[in-house]
Parts: sequence; structure tokens; C-alpha cells
Amino acid sequence: MNDSSRFGPYGGRFVPETLMAALEELEEAYRTIVPSEPFQREMSFYLREYAGRETPLTFCRNMSDDLGCRVYLKREDLLHSGAHKLNNALGQALLARSMGKTRIIAETGAGQHGVASAIAGAVLGLNVEVFMGTEDMARQALNVARMRMLGARVVPVKSGSRTLKDAINEALRDWVTRLSETHYLIGSVVGPHPFPAMVRDFQTVIGEETRRQILEKEGSLPDAIVACVGGGSNALGMFVPFLSDEVLLYGAEAGGEGLEGNHGATLCAGRPGVLHGAYTYLLQDAFGQILESHSVSAGLDYPGVGPEHSLLKDCGRVLYRAVTDAEAIDSFLYLSRKEGIIPALESAHAVALARKLAVYQQKNDILVINLSGRGDKDVAQVASLMGSSL
Amino acid sequence: MTASRIADAFQAREHPLLVACTVAGDPDYEASLGIVRELVASGGDIIELVMPFSDPVADGPVMQQAAARALSSGMNTDRLFCLIRDIRSEMDVPLIILTYANIVFQRGISRFYRDAAAAGADGVAVADVPVEEAGPFRAAAAAAGIDHILFASQTTSEERLSSITEQAGGFIYLVAAMGVTGVREEIDPGILSCVKEVKRRSGVPVVPGFGISTSGQIRAYAAAGADGVIVGSAIVGEIGGHAGDRENLLPAVRRVMNRIRPDALRED
Ligand SMILES: Cc1ncc(COP(=O)(O)O)c(C=O)c1O
Repeated sequence: MNDSSRFGPYGGRFVPETLMAALEELEEAYRTIVPSEPFQREMSFYLREYAGRETPLTFCRNMSDDLGCRVYLKREDLLHSGAHKLNNALGQALLARSMGKTRIIAETGAGQHGVASAIAGAVLGLNVEVFMGTEDMARQALNVARMRMLGARVVPVKSGSRTLKDAINEALRDWVTRLSETHYLIGSVVGPHPFPAMVRDFQTVIGEETRRQILEKEGSLPDAIVACVGGGSNALGMFVPFLSDEVLLYGAEAGGEGLEGNHGATLCAGRPGVLHGAYTYLLQDAFGQILESHSVSAGLDYPGVGPEHSLLKDCGRVLYRAVTDAEAIDSFLYLSRKEGIIPALESAHAVALARKLAVYQQKNDILVINLSGRGDKDVAQVASLMGSSL
Repeated sequence: MTASRIADAFQAREHPLLVACTVAGDPDYEASLGIVRELVASGGDIIELVMPFSDPVADGPVMQQAAARALSSGMNTDRLFCLIRDIRSEMDVPLIILTYANIVFQRGISRFYRDAAAAGADGVAVADVPVEEAGPFRAAAAAAGIDHILFASQTTSEERLSSITEQAGGFIYLVAAMGVTGVREEIDPGILSCVKEVKRRSGVPVVPGFGISTSGQIRAYAAAGADGVIVGSAIVGEIGGHAGDRENLLPAVRRVMNRIRPDALRED
């Protein structure tokens, strides 16, 4: 296999033999169709005219005053669908259509990727089936209803921990049985090659816009950028255009109850191994059985992480920190009240880490937070967690 | 390398060999040992012992539930090798381990194969390691003097099939259904000609598995030239059905073996 399937020692293609032909077909399409002029033209049409790119880079006066540095939010919450996931869903759905596929399957945790896939399927005329753990269906009921309105079928997954990890298992199992008509539209920079590279490429528009926007507004690059890391797609899409710049890059992982309790902080507390087709950091026991993760945020509740993040951790280019459930909920309310923006619980992890890092910033330092999604989907959950104290 | 039990079994065969599968520790360690005895006594020619993994993406519900039962009974890689040692102390049957990549990685690839060989296993197949990723696994198997078994399927390209047949140890595990493990009534259209093709190109025996549960299916594979068949979910489903009914567990395993055992076919 060519070297592009690896990020240092990480990544690769650890899948059953029956999936190999599909991955080879996909890799070929990714290499030849995606860079082609017609594909790129279609893609930029859908991103601009349909999804509403580019998204603003908003200077936040109140937060800047409060934190003592210049704070910007990259507003993926304003993208159609309400999260960055649509960038990737549109890209892969267009590619699937070019490959002659008629059916799309996807996994979802928070439901944002399921919604994005349902939207992309609706507008591009593809049938969509979304695998979702029953645990997540309960805590993200609004998104389950949205997917159904959009014409997608939601397939409940009752195996294992009934969350994102198990939804991916089920999607992989379905894919092998119906390869010829089906594309597996994976929702993050995880899975076997070429998914991690392809999803990264479709999300890099976030960082490219941010770079251009900050240079226009400030005339210089940011001092630090913060993004949350579940599988790691919004973070990688933001980070990649800044990798060779002198910009501090921070990933906020799901600290759950704290690293001594249940959490989803794979890079902070895990060890390399193989899950879902890639060699990457994982939460696992001494014998290699995968542990159940925990996070208040369904989108970060995953015991693995994209393999490119594993390399970025090892070489020290990105610093990963755990943010607890309590800190995330606190920042969910903070951003809502300070700036009038209700963030997704996932994105609230990035806000929380930024607030901690602000201590180290000077007055003129520029801090960019990737606001990966909006929080409507989480309102009911946070309200019930807060109870009467809200 | 000393002559392998796997190669000897295929060389001496008078009928297609029955590779009988069970999950180590399902429903618990002691029962597993009894099940392996029963599988051998009732016509299993090779034992495929599954080391369960928490996230078995190649498996359907029957094998998933068996893995969950085994893990909750406390099965782990240390105990797997104890179980193999216990089996080896009373039986000479060829035995392979089937597992997933992370189980092997976490023990250390070399150490896993060394421990497998020392316990008495004859081969290892790793469900999520295609030939492209198999280098370190094959090297470790060679160093330990056992076989690393590779997979092929109907969708395997010409090019890839060449490298699989070149590098295969023991036998080729031909994935006979496009999907996950689980009992199927039918045979995939196209699979019989695939058996013939792989058989024509392979220097090692070719053994289909996935979805096989009837003597009719076995007859069809044998006629296409298969050197054996792997029966998994049909056996493991019986074990699951009697996990809470230990008295009838072994008789149930015997019944399913009697229904499918290929040497009985010759008397038809
Ligand atoms: C708003 C939002 N942000 C972040 C994530 C985490 O995914 P990733 O790390 O791939 O960006 C999700 C996943 O569902 C999400 O919905």
C-alpha cells in the first residue's frame, strides 16, 4: 500500500478482506475525481450557494474584555445544518454520486453528522440510512426527528455501549453486505484509508477561510487556536493550514467526569491500537478490549480518534487537553450569556479550554476558537441537567 | 519447521475437512474445554478457537453475542493460551486462533505468535488484517514456526489474489459471503467459481467459511474443489441457545455436528 495511507506509524487499513475492494475503489475516486475541475466547481457551488460559506470569523467584544485577549469565533454554527459536518457530507455525497452509488449509509453520535448526511442525500437525490446508538437517540432526540423529516431512515443500534463506536461497527457491517450500490459516508477523520485524509481535505476549508479572514482583520496570524476533538474533523480542518506556522494549536478532548473517572479523552489518556480500520490512540484495557467512553456530549463520546491526531500528539505539534463535563456545561452557559451564541456541547469544550488558556495570553494576543456547531440540539439536555438551577 | 498438524491433516484427508469453530470462554472457560472435546469427538477435523474482541466488525449477531458472553465470563489473552495448553494436553487436533488486530497488537505481535506456538496453536488468522498489513504478522508467525492464515473473497482483485496466494500459510480462508458471519440458507452466486479460481491458483488448501451450516452447502463447496469448510455461527448459535442450560449444551453441539459433518456425506 502506498505511504499516503499512513501518518507516521498511524492509520492504515485494518479491515476485513471483503471491504478491501470498496476501499480501493474509493481511494481511486478520491485521487482522480475530487481534484478534477468539474468536481471542484460543483463542490464550491454547494458550499457557497447552498451551505452558506464562507462562515464569519466573529470578533467577540465581551469575551475579549472578560478574558483579556482578542477572541475570535469561527462560526461553523452558522453553516446550514448547524455544524461543520456538512462540509464533509456534501463532499462525500457528491463523490458517491459521481461513483454511481445510489445509497448512503452514515453513523452518527450527536446526530449532527446524521443530519448533514440526510441533507446532502436529500439535495443530491441519494437514499440515506443513518446508524445511531439508542443511547444517543435518547439524548439527541431533536436530531433524530430532523433526520426523519429530511427523509433519512434512522437505524437504532443496540449493540455494545449503544453510542458512536457501535454505530460505526454497524455501518461497517452493513457496508460489506451492500457494497455495489452503497457509499459509507463516514463523519470524521477516522476509519481506514482513505477516509481520514479525505474527510480532512473536505474540512480544510475551515482553516483556509480562517487564515484569510484573520490576516484581513488583524494583519497577522493568531497566537493560538482551539478546537474540540471527538474523531477530530473540525479540529484537523482548522489546524491543517496553520501546521507550519508559529501558531499554538490546542485540541479539547472530552474529560467527562475527570481522567480518573469515565471520560472520552483518548489522546490524553489512551494508548495506540487498532479500531475501526486504523492504528491510532484508543481507550482500552491491558488486553486490547475497547473501553466505553463517556462524555456529556454525544459527539465527543468516542474511545478512538483520527490517526493523524495521534501523529500530531506524538510530535508535539498539537497540544491536547481534557475538559470535564462540568467545565463544558459552564462554558455552554457562558457563551450563551456573554455573546448570545448557544454553542454545541462539543464546541463548548473548546470554549472552556480557551477560557483556561486565556490566562497565558497578553492583551493583544489573538485567540481563535473553532465553534464547530450550534447548541439547539443540546438545549433540552442541558436544561434537564441544570434542573431548577437554570 | 517440523511438519505442521494443519498440512498433515489436509494431506491425509479422505473428505473435505470440517473446521469447527467456537469462541474461547463461551459461555465460560470450563465449558469451552468440554465443547472443544465434543467438537473433536463428533467429527471436527480442525478447531478454530475465536479470541473475542469487543468490537468485532466482521461478525453478525450470533458471534457478537458469543464474544460478549465470553468477555463477561472473564476471557482474556492470558486465559486463551491457558485454554489452548489445556486442550493440547489431551488432544492432537490441529488448532488455529481467530482474532482481531488489536488483541495481537496489545500483546505485542511477536509475543502473541510466540505464546500461541508455545501453547500449542498451529496457526493464527486475524480478521481485520488484509495482506497489505500482514507483513509483521507473517514475520512473527514464521519466527514462531506457525502459520499466518490469510483471507480472500469474491471481490479480491487479480493482483491482490496473487500476493495472497504467494504469502498464504496453512490454508486460504475464503470468505464465502459478502457480509458478516451468520448462518445463511443459500450460497452466494459466484462463490463456487471463485472457489475453483482460488483453488487453481493456490499452493495451499482453500477453505470457505461464513454462512455455512448445511450438508448441501458443504457438498456444493466440495464439488467445486474446496479442501474443507469452516462452520462457525451454526455451532456457536447452539452454544448460545444452551448457555443457560448446561445439561443440554454438549448434546446440542453433537446434534449440530452430526447434521453437518462432511465425512457422513459419503454414506448418502
Ligand atoms: C458540533 C460538533 N462538533 C464537534 C463534533 C466532533 O466531531 P469532530 O471531532 O470530528 O469534529 C461533533 C460530532 O458530532 C459535532 O456535532
